[in-house]
Amino acid sequence: MSAPRASTDNSAGAQRAPRTIGWLLLTPLLLWLALFVVVPTAILFVYSFCQRDELGQVVFAFTPTNYARILDPVYLGILGRSLWYAALTTTLCLVIGYPVAYFIGRSPPARRSTLLLLVMIPFWISFLLRTYAWLSLLKGDGLVSALLHGMHLLAGPLDVLYSPTAVILGLVYTYLPFMILPIFTSAEKLDNSMVEAALDLGAGPVRAFTQVIIPLTRPGIFAGVLLVFVPSIGMFAVTDLMGGAKVPMIGNVIQNQFGQARDWPFGAALGISFLALFAITFWFLHDRGEARR
Amino acid sequence: MHEHPDTQLEWEFRLPPAPLAAAPADVSAAVMVELRGVTKSFGPVTAVDHVDLTIRKGEFLTLLGPSGCGKTTLLRLLAGFEVPTAGEILLEGRDVSNIPPYRRDVNQVFQSYAIFPHLSVADNIAFGLKMRHVPAAERRARVEEALELVSLGGLGRRRPQELSGGQRQRVALARALVCRPKVLLLDEPLSALDAKLRHAMQLELKQLQRQLGITFVFVTHDQEEALIMSDRIAVIHRGRIDQLGTATEIYHSPASAFTADFIGEANLLDGDIVSSNGVTALVRLDEGVEVTVRAAALRPGSTRALLSIRPEKIYITRTKPAKDNCFKGVIENEIFRGAMDELRIRVAHNLQLMAMVANESAHEHAWHKGDTVYCAIHTDDIVVVEQK
Repeated sequence: MSAPRASTDNSAGAQRAPRTIGWLLLTPLLLWLALFVVVPTAILFVYSFCQRDELGQVVFAFTPTNYARILDPVYLGILGRSLWYAALTTTLCLVIGYPVAYFIGRSPPARRSTLLLLVMIPFWISFLLRTYAWLSLLKGDGLVSALLHGMHLLAGPLDVLYSPTAVILGLVYTYLPFMILPIFTSAEKLDNSMVEAALDLGAGPVRAFTQVIIPLTRPGIFAGVLLVFVPSIGMFAVTDLMGGAKVPMIGNVIQNQFGQARDWPFGAALGISFLALFAITFWFLHDRGEARR
Repeated sequence: MHEHPDTQLEWEFRLPPAPLAAAPADVSAAVMVELRGVTKSFGPVTAVDHVDLTIRKGEFLTLLGPSGCGKTTLLRLLAGFEVPTAGEILLEGRDVSNIPPYRRDVNQVFQSYAIFPHLSVADNIAFGLKMRHVPAAERRARVEEALELVSLGGLGRRRPQELSGGQRQRVALARALVCRPKVLLLDEPLSALDAKLRHAMQLELKQLQRQLGITFVFVTHDQEEALIMSDRIAVIHRGRIDQLGTATEIYHSPASAFTADFIGEANLLDGDIVSSNGVTALVRLDEGVEVTVRAAALRPGSTRALLSIRPEKIYITRTKPAKDNCFKGVIENEIFRGAMDELRIRVAHNLQLMAMVANESAHEHAWHKGDTVYCAIHTDDIVVVEQK
């Protein structure tokens, strides 16, 4: 009886001690979050049930119509496209990012930090600047076009820009590091003897990968998918610039409500619905992830 | 309420009526593995250097050496994780040097156990069978059998995280054994266990190996462990096999200064061979003391010899005994070592011998620092390790 009780006491003690100081240390963050996340979300929530007058001013009079409008086929179509683009972006990021992340995670520590630095370098340049760079690369008489002409791989001018392809390209480019980093963290922690044990027990490289490496890096995959999928649904800058506003995603619609359309209540309703959608999805995925452990 | 820690009883292997693999009668001179001039270099570093080694079917062979001596690389070459830079590895006569680990009938117990955390105990053990496409029904039966073999019956559905270190070690063992390997490789599998459990496991592993008749290649840096468990020991030093032999051969007739020093403890003494009468020879140690050794141990023409004297072979008396090798000395230090007392005895102004005596400090004959004593050594207990 003594041994288990001792261990319980110990763990409880280990948890109790930092409780007060822990909250104290968290205070700045909590204040920040309360001020800039909780309060704005609450305001958004209130706005979402308000009305607008002809000039676009918010009128504090309760109405559920903003939410009803979301079910309009036009918006549902855009939402569907957003989900599809985000899913495609996430899949591409996973397929491209996993091998990179795994390779970096399994490299010798000295080379690891160099490779990681290379992944991070794009962050040193403004996101907008990088997106504009893509524009000049992809435009009809741009560098990529010239290159393809030079190699006789393309006859006419390159016609990629302002198309769904360009949007997906931009999204994948933007979010790839967010897929690489969490998977890298998981791959780095993966004990090499696990892989060797799989090989030793008769699993070829492919089965060692599917049966052992993927399950053991699942936390990284899960985090990466979340980090790419969620923001890419709401992304509006890339769609605006590289899609030429021809292929709007839900982010563009929301942005538009707060901008030109001046319909804040509807924008708020879209935002809140989205938040709810994410929360539910995350909960679902997380529970499944937990159940698997 | 009683909490049973890992008791000895619980840890005993329950052996099945039908052995998993070949019968113990298989222990023979038949060759299981043969290494021919195997070399493994990592850039400028040669980890394994022209090793020739024959491993017999059904034997318990230990690769013993200090860390960094190349023993683990040698094991990894056998497993297939490394490809030899030169030389070849034959498994039952077939060259497997370039065969990947997943196509070799060899399994390993890893030092870290490498239990898959995402699988249950039973699924861990079934992994190798699954990879080999063993039908589900047979798989279940063999997993059950393997669990019983390592005394983990009924724990198949547990998660590895719920097991103790000793239990995880058993899972690793069962997971490898269930594949019925031709050779089982064990990479310091007991190093993470506490001393008591470790000793119990040493005996049980040895017993298990005898019962199953599977060839075991065991890597350890612990010379005591090697002496207890092995049929034969290969002492590895700087990527080469320093000496290969049974535990008694290696302990009593070390063939090099390294082996004499690494296995157990030894007084290593250099000296000139000054005379020989055909039966015994006289060696004058560099410290001036003269020692009588067996002449048969010396090659004709040798002039220098390195002698090894085990500390427990030195008999300490108060009165001068009538022996060839007898030195008067003063106890300079007495070190309590549990069952034994270690005495440091100054026998010449620049020669100190280490002797072990049964601990009798409560006894009236106890030895004390400053006592003048005689050290007697039987001629046969002085081993000529090297000579030139």
